[in-house]
Amino acid sequence: MEVKTYLQKVLESGEFAVTAEIEPPKSADPELIKEKAKCLKGYVDAINITDNPRATVKMSSLAGAVILIKEGIEPVMHITCRDRNRIAIQSDLLGAYALGIKNVLCLTGDHISLGNHPQAKPVFDLDSIHLLSLVKALNEGRFFNGEEIKGKKPCFFIGAVENPFADPLEIRPIRLTKKIKAGAKFIQTQIVYNLERFKKFLNLCEKLGILEKVYILAGIMPPKSSKMLKLIKENKVPGIEVPDELIKRMESAKDEKEEGINIAVEIIERVKEMPGIKGVHIMAVGWEFIVPEIIKRAKLYPRPAL
Amino acid sequence: MIITKIKPLDEILQYIESYDKILILGCSECAYGCSTGVENEVKEFAEKIKRERKKLGEPIKVLEKILTRQCDPSSLKPIEEFKDKVSALISLGCGVGVNLIADLYPKMEVYPGVNTLFLGAKIKEGYWVEKCRACGDCIIGYTAGLCPITRCPKNLLNGPCGGVKNGICEVRKTLPCIWYKIVMRLKNRGKLEKLMEIWEAKDWRISGGEGVRELKEE
Repeated sequence: MEVKTYLQKVLESGEFAVTAEIEPPKSADPELIKEKAKCLKGYVDAINITDNPRATVKMSSLAGAVILIKEGIEPVMHITCRDRNRIAIQSDLLGAYALGIKNVLCLTGDHISLGNHPQAKPVFDLDSIHLLSLVKALNEGRFFNGEEIKGKKPCFFIGAVENPFADPLEIRPIRLTKKIKAGAKFIQTQIVYNLERFKKFLNLCEKLGILEKVYILAGIMPPKSSKMLKLIKENKVPGIEVPDELIKRMESAKDEKEEGINIAVEIIERVKEMPGIKGVHIMAVGWEFIVPEIIKRAKLYPRPAL
Repeated sequence: MIITKIKPLDEILQYIESYDKILILGCSECAYGCSTGVENEVKEFAEKIKRERKKLGEPIKVLEKILTRQCDPSSLKPIEEFKDKVSALISLGCGVGVNLIADLYPKMEVYPGVNTLFLGAKIKEGYWVEKCRACGDCIIGYTAGLCPITRCPKNLLNGPCGGVKNGICEVRKTLPCIWYKIVMRLKNRGKLEKLMEIWEAKDWRISGGEGVRELKEE
């Protein structure tokens, strides 16, 4: 029997979904996740827990997701193709479901060369699209090799990511279509700063007729400082586009943090009006405690009780 | 061609520490790394070793021989005549040569003189770039002749990933995104719809997943 996740229910009910993100600690300390979880609880529908982001060793997303469940928060567990082959991925997914994790976000993963163990052997047995079809197969009671799962099969709510700002623009909606075909039910996008480009991307998606087939959550990151934006621009974090005007706006602000909140709220309001946008995914890495404030100001609080 | 690079001299000197007579075995077919030709490469290499050993007060006799290839038992025959004349052999062929010599001549001390780097093309004088990984199942007929297994650091079969910016890979600024190029080449031919299809996961057995690969003519 299909058991729906809370995030799934929110999206299916037509409510505007709100998710946030926690990066697990670079240590074995669960308190760091708990603290952030406590601050976000009640303000978001689910919290993503990342899988060794930027190829840097962190506590596993599976463990982080279990900690969130214990805190009464529904996790979205990230899973990448960088560090595990299809055997390890399936094993982790079965284990995750057994521990109560029901939302998964499938990614290829940042390349190893960007992280703190560049000497490691990159796995990339699968890519994100294969990973989506793998999770879909598990949901349908089959392993990736076609073998039947005898006994309880998982029932994941399957998510994927898309970067509307990567090149070339025309391939992005095509790749998104492939992800939907492979099994993605919801999409969390790369951080949106360039609204024009985002709109263009959505228009192309509309032409392909895919906006009705998937729930798209726009990626939001409140800029904490102009310095941070410049670092992103210098490509320290792959895939994020930062317009120069945004950096100028932050630099000329009296209070950069306050301006960062304003920017996030403005972007949420703008994307909310765009076709196909069914929610926002707020990534305030290292600034998680500001998320409730943004959600309140964007009038997305209180969250629906479903 | 197979791109190789001469190993650091210190490493070579360590291999041959206890010998006073060695053979340098060049390979002229596909695996020489220097632009001046295999004769020069072998000669220079031998001279360097002799010079260093002389400096150390332990002169060494170095014989030279160039084979057409070291990856074929019949071409290896000429080394028979050196078997009893030298106490060790340094091959400047690729790793295939060293392995085959070790397989066929149990008593011979054989050492690699080069690191075998990759299968690549010479882009310009002194600059080679990898183009093929010999993964066993060429898909380049569908990817506009450009190999994502070799040239995409994530071996994506359904690229490009979200890390490409202005046609450049997230891995380093000097690396073009091969998926960006594939998309552009297909687009220019009006074949972008080819990328709508999902390319299934690769069977890595043929790429070495089951260990040593073999080919038997039927």
